[in-house]
Amino acid sequence: MTMPRGKVIAIMGGSGSGKTTLLRLISGEIKPSSGQVKFSGNIVHELNRDQLFKLRRKMGMLFQFGALFTDLSVFDNVAFQMREHTNLTESMIRDLVLMKLNAVGLRGAHHLMPNELSGGMARRVALARSIALDPMLIMYDEPFTGLDPISLSVIGNLIRRLTDTLGMTSIIVSHDVQKSLEIVDYVYFIADGVIAAEGTPADVLASTAPFVHQFIHGEEDGPVPFHYPAHSYRQDLDLGEVRV
Amino acid sequence: MSKYLVSAIQNIGHRVIEGIWRLGVGTRFFLLVLLKSGTSLRRFNLVIRELYFTGVLSLIIIVVSGLFVGMVLGLQGYETLQKYGSESAVGTLVALSLVRELGPVVAALLFASRAGSAITAEIGLMKATEQLAAMGLMAVDPVARIVAPRFWSGVISMPLLAAIFSVMGVFGGYLVTVVFIGVDQGTYWSQMQSAVDFHFDILNGFIKSCFFGVAITAIAVFEGYDAPPTAEGVSRATTRTVVTSSLVILGLDFILTAFMFRGVS
Repeated sequence: MTMPRGKVIAIMGGSGSGKTTLLRLISGEIKPSSGQVKFSGNIVHELNRDQLFKLRRKMGMLFQFGALFTDLSVFDNVAFQMREHTNLTESMIRDLVLMKLNAVGLRGAHHLMPNELSGGMARRVALARSIALDPMLIMYDEPFTGLDPISLSVIGNLIRRLTDTLGMTSIIVSHDVQKSLEIVDYVYFIADGVIAAEGTPADVLASTAPFVHQFIHGEEDGPVPFHYPAHSYRQDLDLGEVRV
Repeated sequence: MSKYLVSAIQNIGHRVIEGIWRLGVGTRFFLLVLLKSGTSLRRFNLVIRELYFTGVLSLIIIVVSGLFVGMVLGLQGYETLQKYGSESAVGTLVALSLVRELGPVVAALLFASRAGSAITAEIGLMKATEQLAAMGLMAVDPVARIVAPRFWSGVISMPLLAAIFSVMGVFGGYLVTVVFIGVDQGTYWSQMQSAVDFHFDILNGFIKSCFFGVAITAIAVFEGYDAPPTAEGVSRATTRTVVTSSLVILGLDFILTAFMFRGVS
C-alpha cells in the first residue's frame, strides 16, 4: 500500500479483516510478523521506544468514540499535546487551541467537559486534538460509527477540509461506504489480511469484482459468507443424513 | 474419582502458577512505575492534583472513623481498666492502640476501600475507553503521566491520613472518658505523654503506614492498568484491589510489628 501526502485514503473490509490492525501497525503499537511499514523515511517496527514516540508526534489518531480524557475539559484535551511536547506559553496555547476548536466549529464549547458533549461533538473535539501539533498523518478508526446524518456529514466534510488545508495524509477505516466514497481519493478493500481490491471511488463504484460489488451494495451472498463456518445444519439439529 | 482428583490438583497448580506469574508481572510493573517517576517529581503539580482525589476526598471517612474508633476504645478501655482500678491509664491505652496498630491498619483498610478502588476503577476505565491508548499514540507515556502521579499521591497521603486517624481517635477517647465519663483531664494527657514513645510508637506507626501506602497504591495502579478493558474486567479489578490490599495490609502489619516491637515489654 502507498499512501501519498495530501490524500484521503479509505481502508474498507468486513469485521475482523484486519483494518484496525493495519492502523496499529502504522502507529507502531504492534510489530508486523512480515513486511514493513515505512513512514516519513523510517521503518516503524525498527525504531526504539524513544524514536517511535518522536515519530508519533507526526501522527494523529481519531478513535472510534473519541477517547477524550474525561478528567480534562475540551480546552485542556486539545491543549494536552501542546503542553506535553512544546514549551509554548499559556497565552500562545490558548490562541492555538481556540483556532483548532474553531476549525471544528466548537470554539464556544471550550469550557465543557467531555460528558457534556454529544457523540458527534466529542468526535469533533477529538479531531481538533489530533491536529493540535499539525501532524503529517491522521488515522481515523471508524469515525462515522453511531453518528446521526448531520454529524456524519459534518465529520466527513471536516476530514476532507482539514486534509486539504493542512496538507496532511488521512487514512480512514470505515464501514460507511457512501460517506467514505464521497470524501476519499483512493480506496483499499481488505479481506483476510490481504488487499482484495483497490482504486479511486469511481473505479470501485464501477467495479464488477464480486467482493467489491458485495461490499458496496451490502449483499448477503458473495465472497464474504454470511454464516460463520460450522458443521452441516442437519447434523447440528440431529436430523440425520438426507435420503434420496 | 481419580479423574476429579487430577482435575482438582491441576486446578490448584494452575492457580498457583497464575498467582506467581501475576506477582512477577506486578513486581515488574512496580519497578517500571518507580523508573518512570521522574515526570511526577519534575512536574509535582500532577501529584498535587491527585493528592486531592486520593487524600483530601478520603478525609471525611478517615476523620469520622477515627473519632468513633477512639470513642469505642475509650469506652471499652475504661470499662476494663476500672475493674483493676487502673482507669487513669485509659489515655495510654487509647493512644498506644491507635498509634501502634489501629491508626495505620484501620486507616489503610479504609484508604484501600475508598482511594485504592477509585484509582483502579479510574485507570481501568481510562483503558477501556482507549484514553491510555490515545495517550500512547500522542507520544505521552501513560505510566509516567497517569500511573506514577497516582502512585506517589497514595504514598504521600497514606501516612498523613493515618496520623489524622490517630489524632481523631485520641480526641474521641478524650470525649468519652474525660468529657462524658469524668476521668481527670490531666491524668488522661499526662499518662499518655509519659507512656507514648516518639521513636518506638509514633515513628514505627508512621513507617508502617508508609509501607501500607506503597502496597495499596502499587496494587491499585497495577490492577487498573492490567484490567481487561470491559465493564466486568474493571469491576473484577476493583474488587481484587480491595481484597488483595486488605490481605496484604494485615500480613504486612504482622511482619512489621514482629520486627519493630520485638523485645519490647
